[in-house]
Amino acid sequence: MLKRKSTLAGIALLAGAALGLTACGGSPSASSSSAGAGASGDGITVYNAQHEALTKSWADEFTKETGIKVTLRNGEDPELANQIIQEGAASPADVFLTENSPSMTQVENAGLFADIDKDTQDQVPAAYRPSTNKWTGIAARSTVLVYNKDKVKESELPKSLMDLSQDQYKGKWAASPSGADFQAIVSAMLELKGEQATSDWLKAMKNNSKAYKGNSTAMKAVNAGEVDMAVIYHYYYFGDQAKTGENSKNIGMHYFKNQDPGAFVSVSGGGVLKSSKHAAEAQQFLKFITGKKGQEVLENGSSYEYPIASEVPANAKLTPLKDLQAPTVDAAKLNSPKVIDLMTQAGLL
Amino acid sequence: MSTTLDRDAQRVRAGRGSHPGRPSGVPGLTIIATLVALISLMPLGYVAYMTVATGWDTAVALIFRPRVMELLSNTFWLVVCTVPACLVLGVAAAWLVERTGLRGRRLWGALLAAPLAVPAFVNSYAWVSAIPSMAGLSSGVLIATLSYFPLVYIPAAATLARLDPAIEQSAASLGLGPWAVFFRVVLPQLRIALTGGGLLVSLHLLAEYGAFAMIRFDTFTTAIMEQFRSTFNGQAGNMLASVLVLGCLLLLLAEVRSRGNARYARIGSGVQSSPSILPLRWYQLPSQLFLLALTALALFFPLWFVIRWMVVGGPAIWNLSEYLPALTQTLGYGLAGAAVTTAAAFPLAFLAVRKPSWFSKTLELANYVTSSMPGIVVGLAFVTVAIRLTPALYQTNTVLVIAYALLFMPRALVNLRAGLAQAPKQLDEAAQALGVSPFRAFLRVTLPLSAPAVASGAALVFLAITNELTATLLLSPNGTNTLATYFWSYSTSIDYASAAPYAFTLILLSAPMTYLLLQQSKKAVGQ
Repeated sequence: MLKRKSTLAGIALLAGAALGLTACGGSPSASSSSAGAGASGDGITVYNAQHEALTKSWADEFTKETGIKVTLRNGEDPELANQIIQEGAASPADVFLTENSPSMTQVENAGLFADIDKDTQDQVPAAYRPSTNKWTGIAARSTVLVYNKDKVKESELPKSLMDLSQDQYKGKWAASPSGADFQAIVSAMLELKGEQATSDWLKAMKNNSKAYKGNSTAMKAVNAGEVDMAVIYHYYYFGDQAKTGENSKNIGMHYFKNQDPGAFVSVSGGGVLKSSKHAAEAQQFLKFITGKKGQEVLENGSSYEYPIASEVPANAKLTPLKDLQAPTVDAAKLNSPKVIDLMTQAGLL
Repeated sequence: MSTTLDRDAQRVRAGRGSHPGRPSGVPGLTIIATLVALISLMPLGYVAYMTVATGWDTAVALIFRPRVMELLSNTFWLVVCTVPACLVLGVAAAWLVERTGLRGRRLWGALLAAPLAVPAFVNSYAWVSAIPSMAGLSSGVLIATLSYFPLVYIPAAATLARLDPAIEQSAASLGLGPWAVFFRVVLPQLRIALTGGGLLVSLHLLAEYGAFAMIRFDTFTTAIMEQFRSTFNGQAGNMLASVLVLGCLLLLLAEVRSRGNARYARIGSGVQSSPSILPLRWYQLPSQLFLLALTALALFFPLWFVIRWMVVGGPAIWNLSEYLPALTQTLGYGLAGAAVTTAAAFPLAFLAVRKPSWFSKTLELANYVTSSMPGIVVGLAFVTVAIRLTPALYQTNTVLVIAYALLFMPRALVNLRAGLAQAPKQLDEAAQALGVSPFRAFLRVTLPLSAPAVASGAALVFLAITNELTATLLLSPNGTNTLATYFWSYSTSIDYASAAPYAFTLILLSAPMTYLLLQQSKKAVGQ
């Protein structure tokens, strides 16, 4: 009996050792191949909700110029904002970049951002950064209604985004309600039209609209005639035109203008986390993005988003920002959690 | 000769040797096994805790809302349509291959299992890139059926190949026609294969994210992912997860209850003759066409489109600075995960085989319960627990590898149990009687005998990890990408060409798994 016991103890030891060994062995082997990744390594970690390709070109340029490595964690605006808030002071993130400002405000309200450096502030016009200077605009994008030119006449287009709740548009339009882009448009609506109107509109949307996953998928569906119209941002069209145009050849662009909620211009934001252990490098990265070189990536690259700083003009193909008659919305008041609650109540999420 | 009988006899002997019904007197092993089981129950604990923490009123408001009903109905119809379709296709194909004079039986036998090498999300990608308007329930059922029917085919074929024809012959001699024999004699004997296969298919349906997200079909898993992307681990997402977990547990229970206690193996003396083969005659051509259509849709169609997109994309899509690290990462996770999973499963399997008791059964059950949890729930649980309780482990490979181990433990367990059963402890004891120390006896007798089983279990875990998407998306460390996550990121931004190399690699890596599964299931029925 004693003998058998010791056999089994031996096996247990062996199994335990194997478990321990492999657990330890597994981690470094996998992380060492990720080329200097990891929060504790050198370089900065960017929680990135912007298009991966855009941030990657910023990061590559920045690394080329400064030698500072940049590691990206990609996700959606509200996902990463909530993640940063839960991580709190222990967050491995040094910089947070979004596509839309509501998530910036959420992190700011949680008191997790450091002040933006004076140099960066000076590069960005006051209209594109909050008065608190806890984060800064890095780019901008405009809401647009894309429609299928073969199926919809210009005269049939809605005058306002709010009109899409009417019965005549039932089954005719699409959006990507799970995306932060669309949620930002709703947050502008909430700010401009109030909670009741927004909640009613969202409930009508649940019945009237088709939900796609992602703006490019929604535009592709409009182009293919699966649905007549879609509420997305402007650059998907230009990006596709610059490539093959196969997903946008039947697309017409309708800007609502007239200070309509549907003319909302959304500011993409960047901020440095208070908890960052590489604050100087992180500030340097934001200064680079909002500087001339960083903004020229927007002008000349394949993102087709609007530059907003360092007096860099937009890509010549785009309708100039000032002609879009966007509503004036205080970015600090755009409320992301409230929008997600309303959309959850409406059954869209 | 009946092997079930054998195993039962062994169990009786083992029971007499130790004290039946009491935890075995092996503290070290028991402690490790208990620890593994406890860790594996963590996702379930998380869901339960979150449901309680949310508070009754909020939980009710978030669970009993129209959206949840919509998801419930989507998921329900998906299961109700797909599972029978898989059962019918799987059994029909298995019957044709194993019990009829089908031409090219061996080739068909392999081809029909091969669709498992195409991950469901790659299948969905092929269909959507071919027919962009594919969406909703009917598309979901089509793609899921084509992806998962081999899960029924494989066990059904293995069972059919080993059925004792004597019972069928008796039935026929008592006046039943061939159809009546099939439905009243053959089909009931397939019960375990069918309920097991059906359960596997249903669990895959509940857990699958990529395949359904791509065709805009909302299930609980896709909705939880959306909530995660909007709120990280918000209450609404957690409540959806608790409904999903409840669904998985109900399925598990249903399978256990419908499996029944009947014994199908031959008992008594005599040797079983090989099953009778039904000549197909005029049905040869329709049968060939049926199988051709099935494999064309399930295997050649996705393969064709993956290759087509690779040709369209040309050399430009082979971005080696992304592809190679992703491949290394994926292989690294696969290897580490397979090693950890097998090592963690070993104590459980050892106790189950050598010291069976209510205790070892409970430990094993805990792992099966966890494996029924979708990756999204395990991911959600680990993210939250790691942030709050073990910040040092947060966003490390360790957490991801542990999550993989929990998700895929049963694949290793099933194999290890079978392998250890082939290494009777009498041999171990004999070695000790001949003067070898217990530890060396284990190393020189038990380990080599169970090594093939250990290897095939580890390989299955490895390949499951390479195709994992949801838990990887939630838990991977900063800057880490796998083949599956790159595939997903490209195909969601409708860059089908750039996604193709990743899809192709995933299929290549999965192909050996299909072969292993086929071999393993044949053996499993034999034991």
